[in-house]
This record gives sequence, C-alpha cells and structure tokens, in this order.
Amino acid sequence: MIELHPALPLFAGALLGGVTSGRSRAVVLLAAPLLGALLLTQLSSGDRVNWEVLGLSLSLVRVDRLALLFGYLFHLAAFLGVIYALHLRDRLQDMAALSYAASAVGAVFAGDLATLFIFWELLAVTSCGLILARRTPRALRSGLRYLLVQVGSGVLLMVGVLLYAGEGRGLAFEHIGLGASGGVLIFLAFGIKSAFPLLHGWLTDAYPEATPTGTVFLSAFTTKVAVYCLARGFAGTEALVYIGAVMTCFPIFYAVIENDLRRVLAYSLINQIGFMVVGIGIGTELALNGAVAHAFNDVIFKGLLLMTMGAVLQVTGEMRGSELGGLYKRMPRTTFFCLIGAASISAVPLFSGFVSKSMVMSAVVGEGYFGVWLALLFASAGVFHHAGIKIPFFAFFAHDSHFVATAREPPVNMQLAMALAAGLCVLIGTFPGWLYGALPYPLDYSPYDAGHVLAQLQLLVFSALAFTWLKLSGIYPPELRSVNIDAEWVYRRGLGIGVERLQAVFGPWDRRLRGLGRSLVARAIALLARHHGVHGVLARSWPTGSMVLWVSVLLGTSLLLYYV
Amino acid sequence: MNDREPPRHLFDHPRNVRRLVRLLVAVGVVLFGLDAVIHRHAEHPWESVFGFYAGYGFVACVLLVLLAREMRRLLMRREDYYGEGPPTQQAPDRGRSGD
Repeated sequence: MIELHPALPLFAGALLGGVTSGRSRAVVLLAAPLLGALLLTQLSSGDRVNWEVLGLSLSLVRVDRLALLFGYLFHLAAFLGVIYALHLRDRLQDMAALSYAASAVGAVFAGDLATLFIFWELLAVTSCGLILARRTPRALRSGLRYLLVQVGSGVLLMVGVLLYAGEGRGLAFEHIGLGASGGVLIFLAFGIKSAFPLLHGWLTDAYPEATPTGTVFLSAFTTKVAVYCLARGFAGTEALVYIGAVMTCFPIFYAVIENDLRRVLAYSLINQIGFMVVGIGIGTELALNGAVAHAFNDVIFKGLLLMTMGAVLQVTGEMRGSELGGLYKRMPRTTFFCLIGAASISAVPLFSGFVSKSMVMSAVVGEGYFGVWLALLFASAGVFHHAGIKIPFFAFFAHDSHFVATAREPPVNMQLAMALAAGLCVLIGTFPGWLYGALPYPLDYSPYDAGHVLAQLQLLVFSALAFTWLKLSGIYPPELRSVNIDAEWVYRRGLGIGVERLQAVFGPWDRRLRGLGRSLVARAIALLARHHGVHGVLARSWPTGSMVLWVSVLLGTSLLLYYV
Repeated sequence: MNDREPPRHLFDHPRNVRRLVRLLVAVGVVLFGLDAVIHRHAEHPWESVFGFYAGYGFVACVLLVLLAREMRRLLMRREDYYGEGPPTQQAPDRGRSGD
C-alpha cells in the first residue's frame, strides 16, 4: 500500500536541511534516508499510484523488484553520503545532495515516461549544485558545461518520448527498444547519462571538480538511474553489448595516464558501467541480475574509493598523483579503507565486486560472445591496474610528498562513513546470498567454485606482477602535471578552434563585402549631400524678392499665353 | 604496491619492499602451479590452456601500459591547456564556515 511518495522523505529532508543547523540539521539529514528506506519496506511489487492529469494517465509510482532494489540502494548511498558530509556547514550542499538523491528515487519509481522526464531534469539541476558548491571559477565553468549536457539529455528524452507516445503507445515506461519511433532518441538520452563512449565527456570533466563530499553523491545516482532506465527500456538490445565492451576498455588507458586521482576514478566509473551495460545488452536473467548487482556494489565501492580520495583532498587540498604520496604514514585508517575499496572494485574474491562481476562474465561467455569476453577480461585486469593499484599506490605510498609532514586522518564522521562502506564491501563479498535474494530474477548461482576463484586470483596477481615489473624497470609512465585530451575537448576547445578557422576563411570575404557596402552607402550619402546638403542646389535658401519676381514672371507669362 | 596491509612507515626500509615483491612473486608461482592441480570447467576452449589467466593478466597489463605511454604523445597537454591554472591549493571542502 502506498501512502506517501517514496521520494518524499528525502525531499522533505532537503527542505528541512535548508532551515536547520547544528544538531537538528544532523538529525534531519540522517533521518531522511532512514525514514525513506522504512517507507520502502511498506511497498510491495505491483503497487501503483496512478494519476489523471490533462487527459494523460500517469503512474507517479510503480513498484517492482527492480525499482525496489534501486530504491534501497539510493537510500543506502544517501545515508552513507550524509554521514560522510556531516562535518560540513554548507546548506547548498546539504540541500543539493538530498534533493539529488530524492530525484534519483523518484526516477526509478516513475511508472511513466513523463514522470521520468521530470525527475530526469531534477537530477541534472540538483546534482549541479554539488559541483558549483566547490565555489571556484574552475568548478563554476565545469558545472555549467555539465548542466548543459545534462539538460541536453533531457531534451533528447522529451523529444523521444513525444515521438514514442505520438505513435499511440502511451506513456507507460516499459520495454522500449530501438525499433520504436523515438526509441533511438530515448536510447541516446539514457546513453548520455550512462556515459556511452564519446558521450562521456561531462562525467570525467565535472565529477572531479565537485566538492570532496559532492563527488561521492554524484558517483552514486545519475549513472545508476541511467543503468536502471536501460535495464527497463532496452534489455536485450545487442548494440549495448558492444557499446558496453568499448566502455570497459577505453577508459582504462586514460586512467593509466591521468594525473588527477578523482578523474582516474571517474574513468573507472565508466569502465564499471561498461560491465553493467554489457549485461543489459545480453538481456538474459543471469546477465540482468549481474548488471543490477554490479550497479549495487559499484555504488558502494566506488563511493568508498571516492570517499578516501575526498578525505585526502580534504586534508591536503591536493588531488594530483604527481604531488601526493607517502600518506599511509599519517592516514593509516584511510589507507586501509582505500585498500578495501580497491580490492572490491578489482573483484578480489571475498570482496563485493567479485560476486557481481562474475555473473556478467559467466553470462557473456555463456551466450557465446567470445570477443567481448576477452575484452572484459582485459578490462578486469586493467581495472585492477588503475583503480586497485594506481589509486592507493600514488596517493598513499610511492614517494613521500611534503604533505606527509602535515596530513592527518579526516574528521571522525568521514572515517565512520568509510568504515561502514568498507564493511558492506566485505559483507556482500563474503555473504552474497542476501544481495542475490533481492535481485529482480530468481537466481541459482554461486561465484565461489575453486576454478573460478583461482582464475580470478591468477588474473589479479599477474596484473600486480606486471605493475611491479613495469614500475621497477622504470617503464611505467610517471605521474605528470598534465591534462589529457578527451571527448569534452570538442566543446571546450574544438568549437572555439572551429569558429577561429571559419573566421580565418570567411573573415576577409566578410570584410570585403562589408567594405563594399560601406563604400556604397558613403557614395549615396555624398550624392544626397550634393543635392540636399547645406550647399546643395535643393537646400539653397532663396531671397523673398526673387520668389516674387519669379511668381510675377509666371503670372505674366500665363496672362500672355491666355491673351494669345 | 598491492593489497597487503601497510603498517606504519613499513616501506621506509628497502628491505621490506624487496620482501613484498618476493612474496608477490612467490604467490604468483604458487597460483600458476595450482593450474595443474585444480581443474577449471572451461566454458571457452582457451580457458583450459595451462596458465591462461595468469598469462592474459600479465600481457594485458603490459600492453595496457605500453599503449597508454604512446597515447600520452598524442593526447597529453600542459595543465593550463584549457586556459585554467593548475588545480593546486583549491579551498578544501569546509563550506562557508571555512573561509
């Protein structure tokens, strides 16, 4: 039975968070996700809230196992994020974070495409607050670029939905498919938010520019809503298998050479979404379960890794691998949590990534996509390389940076949030049963057979050996102060260069044409001035006497003519 | 360098770093050898090749790094490429109370 909209507690928390402070603020912020989660326990599959407005039948809330799992996940992410951000005294971030989480909850429970569109746009606007809250000119510019892309995705969604509904299919959000009219546009809208290759620039551009706590929230919601939408609307679309495979592979190259460690994690986020997208593309029950389970785990371990990097940024004000290092001496607890996050994302057995990624891998090889399987295996080794080793190594080990003298552990609330997330990573990895039980489809799967565990361990240990060898032999590319050109180059630089080129080509023509026009106008003015100007014939003033003379001449002439 | 516990100032001694590397190599050798003992029910013929996962992981990572090094020549730019200074010393996240 539904009495309240599931997103309402979070929205209310966002509003109340804006007017409270001190202890009452902490209570409000913590209570909102807990109450929201409590509300979810009252829902059961099949519940709906229908709404007739302007002759449209909308489903504000539609409950099924898929939506419920994401609903719980988002409340969990919001709760961890709130704890992590509890030391802040920044209303903008409080309100943005909770209303962002609420929008995500609203989106996954939306039963029709119009409601989805509203929450889709709310996601864009509220999340942008977390980037702008950094309050630097750099973050401001990045946030505005982010907002443009996100709203652009909303526009695509709206046009797609209009075309889709215009064909008489109604607005219900069920399987859409690329064949439906407007289907491609909706697919692209989902694709932008799930960071398809070449559409991913906003993510790696903006996420690392948000506040230390903001990035933790950002990594949890937008892309996972998009994954949910793909799973709902485009499950079994074969194109997704190949798109996902590219998503797993190309970011790891960037991650190896990227200097900003939160940007490395942003690339790794795309890589992980790639695994989910492949699973959705395959579309069997095992693959979809794997994709959804991996989304669940990714929110927690990626959140954990971003929390540890946020803690480093918080205490040092620095995020570049080239400037960091040696912090394990001053931040041993943060280092420990980071290593747990690293083990989880790398899918080390007994950590959470292992129990979900292996489902996707089994589904891929089971359905005969051998090329894709090899690509995912490559990406699995790569993710260990950049997220599992590079992140902890350059932040906490490597050479001693000057921060070793002054760094300290972050505030207690941050440590608590990291500890909770780390605990969940181990818990889910060790006892995957309860996560499996919450998945959309019934599942008979065990990741822990000897052959499978051995294979994964071999893959990981030999990746680590490769890193060690490359590092010791000096082949490994050092962290350098630099930026790397990626898709966002198109609108950050490319468009500007394009305009300059156009100017270079058409500028002279334009100047010549305008020069010609100006000289024509000048000539016309000169002509007019000759006749009408101060000394012009037509502007000359005549004495009254001469007028009288001429009148009398005229009259005399006419008299003469009349007489004759 | 890998996921082993890092007690305080442990890696200030090169000896400990060497030990860690040796440990890693030893674990690698053992895991490689286990392929002969533990049977993998292969879903793909390549999976039953002796040491497939070990070899693939090693080669994949070396290739990844070598290719990424080449990518740098093509894609790497100075930090101020986009007309923005380096992100140093940006205000840590203390919100409004910080400054």
